[in-house]
Amino acid sequence: MKLKTILMGTAIAGVGSIASAQEMTNDMTLVSWGGAYQDSQQKAYAEPYMEMNPDVSISWDESSPEAVAKLRAMNEAGNVTWDLVDVVAADAIRLCDEGLAMEIDPNEILAEGDDGSSAEDDFGDLLVSDCFIPQIVYSTTAAYRADLLPEGAPAPESICAFFDTDTYPGQRALEQRPINNMEWALLCDGVAKEDIYDVLETEEGQDRAFAKLDTIKDDIVWWSAAAEPPQLLADGEIVMGSSYNGRWFSAIEEQGQPFEMLWDAQVFDLDGWIIPAGLPDDRLNRVLDFVEYATDTQRLADQAAYISYGPARASSAPLVGDHAELGIPMGPHMPTAPANSENVFVYNYTWWADYRDDLDSKFQAWLAQ
Amino acid sequence: MTDATANTADELIIDKGRPSLLGFTVPLTAAMGGLFGFLTGNTVDQGLIGFVLGLIYGGAAGFILMSFVANRTAGRWALIILTAALGFYLGKWGGAAGGAIVGAVVSWWAYWIGRGDYRDGVPTYATPGQTLWHVTYLFICGFVFFFLIAPILTIIPLSFNSENFFTFTPEMLGLSPEGYSLKHYEDFFTNSNWQSAMWNSLKIAPMATLLAVGFGTLAAIGLSQPHVPFRRAIMAVLISPMIVPLIISAAGMYFFYSRVNLQGTYLGVVLAHAALGIPFVIITVTATLVGFDRSLTRAAANLGADPVTTFLRIQMPLILPGVISGGLFAFITSFDEVVVVLFVGSAQQKTLPWQMFIGLREQISPTILAVATILVTLSIALLATIEILRRRSERMRGLSPQ
Repeated sequence: MKLKTILMGTAIAGVGSIASAQEMTNDMTLVSWGGAYQDSQQKAYAEPYMEMNPDVSISWDESSPEAVAKLRAMNEAGNVTWDLVDVVAADAIRLCDEGLAMEIDPNEILAEGDDGSSAEDDFGDLLVSDCFIPQIVYSTTAAYRADLLPEGAPAPESICAFFDTDTYPGQRALEQRPINNMEWALLCDGVAKEDIYDVLETEEGQDRAFAKLDTIKDDIVWWSAAAEPPQLLADGEIVMGSSYNGRWFSAIEEQGQPFEMLWDAQVFDLDGWIIPAGLPDDRLNRVLDFVEYATDTQRLADQAAYISYGPARASSAPLVGDHAELGIPMGPHMPTAPANSENVFVYNYTWWADYRDDLDSKFQAWLAQ
Repeated sequence: MTDATANTADELIIDKGRPSLLGFTVPLTAAMGGLFGFLTGNTVDQGLIGFVLGLIYGGAAGFILMSFVANRTAGRWALIILTAALGFYLGKWGGAAGGAIVGAVVSWWAYWIGRGDYRDGVPTYATPGQTLWHVTYLFICGFVFFFLIAPILTIIPLSFNSENFFTFTPEMLGLSPEGYSLKHYEDFFTNSNWQSAMWNSLKIAPMATLLAVGFGTLAAIGLSQPHVPFRRAIMAVLISPMIVPLIISAAGMYFFYSRVNLQGTYLGVVLAHAALGIPFVIITVTATLVGFDRSLTRAAANLGADPVTTFLRIQMPLILPGVISGGLFAFITSFDEVVVVLFVGSAQQKTLPWQMFIGLREQISPTILAVATILVTLSIALLATIEILRRRSERMRGLSPQ
């Protein structure tokens, strides 16, 4: 094993060779989201890594939804038990600002792309924070059930179908938070895509978004876990809903549910790793060794065989193949596929970092009205 | 029991007066039929038509049963079979099952109303208002039971769903075999996440129970001695994990256990669960000790037994039912507990409730329902054991009326 590590270290140079000289623990606790997404990570990263390093054992903790709060508590208690944490980009920014996540230099700790590009170029704009190691691009997007629409109603082609209760009567599911919903409301109220955040900055703009949401408030089922909308749609409780595209993919292709995708105005978001700050050296060395392996070009492309999320590296895109079990090509199911991304909404992290607290409380107050 | 009183009431009051057929019985049976008709009609979005048809069905059933079918058993079976046949015509086997239930309820209702059985529980001189209140009261009790039990019963058929959603599919409602499968049970017994969670639970709960029973029994015996100072205060402290909101105990344990390096260890979770289980043991054992005759220990001492022998040979066998039922409560507490283990445990100590919690949040899979069904069965078995032990203890102490 030692030999292998040294070989790998020399192969990639840099930190690897230093790491080989130092002790590494064999137990790692990875934190992720559970469900199909965690399964994809387990199959694409963890299992091949454990095959290469038979001494290593990996435990999974499905605590990503409350990762920020738990890391704060661990930090206060002086007992950080996690080694690598999967979070969305916005959480990574918060954790980095609070000093709970370790700052990294992508070129130093991450592998080069297969095409020879440096890690920094390969990940490109997706490196949204100094602590963030991107893995996937996912999107919050909509799906509906054609058989639940009234007879003669045209198939919805725009996200504004959510706001059109005359043509598409019935309940619709939206996530219980202002992000995405405010943007969609303004978009369907006639605001141009590029002006949305400018409008949303003003009091009138926020009222305008709430007023638009008011028109369908009685028809909204609010969800907090992304597994809920597919369940509700399968039950026929709702006629359309928003969720992560991987959830819809799983419901449609793997479970054979009669849903249709509505990709219009899908909102891209990123998900990736952060390393908790202040890990002891032996654990840190193991994590760095794992992260370098798990985020290389091939591993990110492999993950796409299990779930329809786009790999974060540009060099991985050409390697995306077929679904591991169904054998269908995954390319057309990616949120980044040309047919799906005709009208994409780019979610502004930095804007939300500034306005999140304020709009969260306004949103809660509006919900309670 | 109720049948017996009904029979004696029948014999004593030869004619309790049948209520008016057209003015009372038929409208009420029609209303019951209408309710079922509305519910049935609603499944195909024809609530109103269903309601009207149900009214006719219920009214006719009430009239015919009361006027022509004097034998209650024959009348009830006739209506059950007829309605089941009607249900089968409308919706195959699922319809037949639903029809049989409707027939059973409506025929029971018709005889209960038509024969004046609803007056059984009230004295003959009761006013209509008093009778109405008595009947309403019975129905409220019935609804309380219904709302307590229905959610638990709903999950059992859903756990045999052949789809990966919490949905009663048309195949399931039609009782066709394709709608049902054991795949969620299979998933539970083959999926490594569920299996490791189950083994963790099975490793943690018995150890926590053992500790809780040991400490709890000793504490209860000690606190039952009149000469122990500050008995009430000590008791209150020991019982506090049951009273303090769990989330507060959990957060406190998290920070304390982190400092002493117990957080995220097997021992830490076992100790935390033992602390939660101790109050149950103390309470049940203290309750048993109340009925314990202290002159027995003095008699034993008189015959030359030392305190340890007295405890093991005299006291322990007599309080054993209390110890065991306390232990069962402690076991279930640990086995069902999710809040404390989320704080004190780490991913290596993931227990069944933790795994269910994750599953519900991240992936609504009927495997959770399969696990829930298994746990419900287990809980019923444990509660039945407790009840049997309680009866045995009462018999041993001569408190039982039998």
